[in-house]
Amino acid sequence: MKRTGSQAIWEALVGEGVETVFGYPGGAIMPAYDALPGYPIRHVLVRHEQGAAHMADGFARASGKVGVAIATSGPGATNLVTGIATAMMDSSPIVCITGQVSSAVLGTDAFQETDITGVTLPITKHNYLVTRAEEIYPTLREAFHLARSGRPGPVHVDITKDAQQATFEFHPEDGPPPRSGRTVRPSSPADLDRAAALIDSAERPLVFCGHGIVRSGASDLLVEFAEKTGTPVASTLLGLGGFPASHPLNLGMMGMHGEAWVNKAVQDADLLIALGMRFDDRVTGKLSTYAVTARKIHVEIDPSEINKNVKVDVALMGDAAWALRELISRVQRRSRSAWLTRIAEAKGDSAVRDIQSMPHSGRLFAAHVMHDLWRLTAGRATVVTDVGQHQMWEAQYYKHDRPRSLITSGGLGTMGFALPAAIGARFARPDEEIWVVAGDGGFQMTACELSTCAQEKLKLNVAIINNGYLGMVRQWQEFFYSRRYVATPLLSPDFVKLAEAHGLLGVRVTKREQVEDAVAQVRGAPGTSVIDFRVEQEDSVYPMVPANTDLRDMIRRPNPTPMLETGSDP
Amino acid sequence: MKTAVAHTYVATVEDRPGALNRVVSLFRRRGFNIASLTVGTTERPGVSRITLVVKSDPDTARRVHANLEKLVDVIQVQDLTSVAALAREFALVKATVPPDKRSEVLRLCGVFRARVVDLSPATLTVEITGTPDKVDALVEVLRPYGIAEMVRTGPLAMGRGAEVNNEVKVAAGIAA
Repeated sequence: MKRTGSQAIWEALVGEGVETVFGYPGGAIMPAYDALPGYPIRHVLVRHEQGAAHMADGFARASGKVGVAIATSGPGATNLVTGIATAMMDSSPIVCITGQVSSAVLGTDAFQETDITGVTLPITKHNYLVTRAEEIYPTLREAFHLARSGRPGPVHVDITKDAQQATFEFHPEDGPPPRSGRTVRPSSPADLDRAAALIDSAERPLVFCGHGIVRSGASDLLVEFAEKTGTPVASTLLGLGGFPASHPLNLGMMGMHGEAWVNKAVQDADLLIALGMRFDDRVTGKLSTYAVTARKIHVEIDPSEINKNVKVDVALMGDAAWALRELISRVQRRSRSAWLTRIAEAKGDSAVRDIQSMPHSGRLFAAHVMHDLWRLTAGRATVVTDVGQHQMWEAQYYKHDRPRSLITSGGLGTMGFALPAAIGARFARPDEEIWVVAGDGGFQMTACELSTCAQEKLKLNVAIINNGYLGMVRQWQEFFYSRRYVATPLLSPDFVKLAEAHGLLGVRVTKREQVEDAVAQVRGAPGTSVIDFRVEQEDSVYPMVPANTDLRDMIRRPNPTPMLETGSDP
Repeated sequence: MKTAVAHTYVATVEDRPGALNRVVSLFRRRGFNIASLTVGTTERPGVSRITLVVKSDPDTARRVHANLEKLVDVIQVQDLTSVAALAREFALVKATVPPDKRSEVLRLCGVFRARVVDLSPATLTVEITGTPDKVDALVEVLRPYGIAEMVRTGPLAMGRGAEVNNEVKVAAGIAA
């Protein structure tokens, strides 16, 4: 049967089960858009292509499926770049399709031409420039396969306008099968036995729950493993929710803003069992003093991560679910009560410094907001955060019991991620409660997507943690730059009026006693609604391990707090 | 300080646009140092072969290997550093040789089985094929006369014996 290249694009997407795409039309992708009616795919018109990539990413993280973003050539394509790099750093499976100028003028600096495959080469798992209509279908099939297989990641397919326009004889069953990414030979039974022996003989073992637990759907297996071996579990930022926060063996987040008792446990442990994580510098602090007394087992699907930052004793190649299944059958059941008691004592010491334990001063702290949000949603919402202080407070105070219930930009730390990623997550979970948690800085980077929410009639609850500063940078200026607040005081629009300008509900909260009512009000509203939380301006995230510092050397919350009265009334 | 030694890898890659670019880009962005890189066709149509020499410590070399294997266009990577392997390099060396030194230099070249390919009143150009060590040695012998111009290909490498490096795909395993 005859098809155009444009039709082949949609045929491939329908074949992959795609129901929603996020995009923005333009000259070089117009033939593809023209062919969209007639295919059962909903197109969400974004306000900026960066939003399209984040939406695809948010969809992928919420669903475990591949998200799709579409843009035109030149500026449309370059606007995707931040979103692609975000997905790359967090191993999120997305396929980005861009239009390209016609093959006849490729390389001539034609209008809206960019060498976009050259640009995306180092920030994609793989990319393609397609110049013939016949190649579109098999290329997209392979792109989807690559995006979701192995260690997932973004794949970019750039398609020239003439390839979209050309007509050809379409035989979807023909052509070579998609190539796989590299395959890993699974670790030998001997390696698994060695790992099991290390676990059995450890007195102070610690499990690290990384993003790989979420990706491989290994949460139940992790619970089984932790319970059988009596091993406490610490999480990376992207691992949060991979192990239930309410489980007695859960410790919480590790690293730069990890809980003090978790970092202490890391430094005291005699065995680390790292599952699907990559020992990022935000996790390890100074490498030369990191967990020096511990042997290390590293379960990883990507061999290039082994011994990259931290030298390990046993590397198990494969996904976390496979490794846990193999290990559970090999390890002995035992309890480690002395170790758990030791950690619990450290925990008690930390609790008195917790903002939750501070006497009520009438002021509104972001930690209070996060705690109340958790309480009022019974911990059952999906939370999509931006990047900065609010992100760390969310990680500390919103207790996630389910995998994929926290969606956040970890590796790249992309401000502006939250709102568009939440829009993507909305399409993956049409009926679930979703909260956007963003700072006043990051929210403004992609605030234009409020229009998308209004046009698509989407229901999201938005909590802006508004402290009038680029808060995390301000915190570093306070700690490391003698309080010189250069370029961090931030003027924002009236977020309530901004919401109203979009025909949406906006609510302002300046006192803690208003939080409950405001949350109830936006939850009950039919459309996307925004709460402007005017929080304490010069609050900081504690504890903090300064960059490249021993995990033991944490900056702790001053107790009692000598924080300045900064006046947060509007 | 870890010791940097030469590690030799042979990567077979699908002959697609940008495949070499991906390999080179990997080295650039990860900060790996390429000592030499040669590309050429193979016995299989559509498959090219890249011989790479990297000067690095063993941990970095392992990461180079693992990162190369992650590239979709790379079919297979073989580490020839510590296995029985042939490595051959080709070089053209133009030495400054006045007529009165010619016979002396020709004798020296004979020792290395280097062949004279061009002659001018002031220079003498030889070609040599051999292990990188042998090429190094010839260059050192010619250096006192003055080397006007030189080009080396960098080594091409192949494992010895009956074992061949032409797998279509790595044997069944876990997709990564």
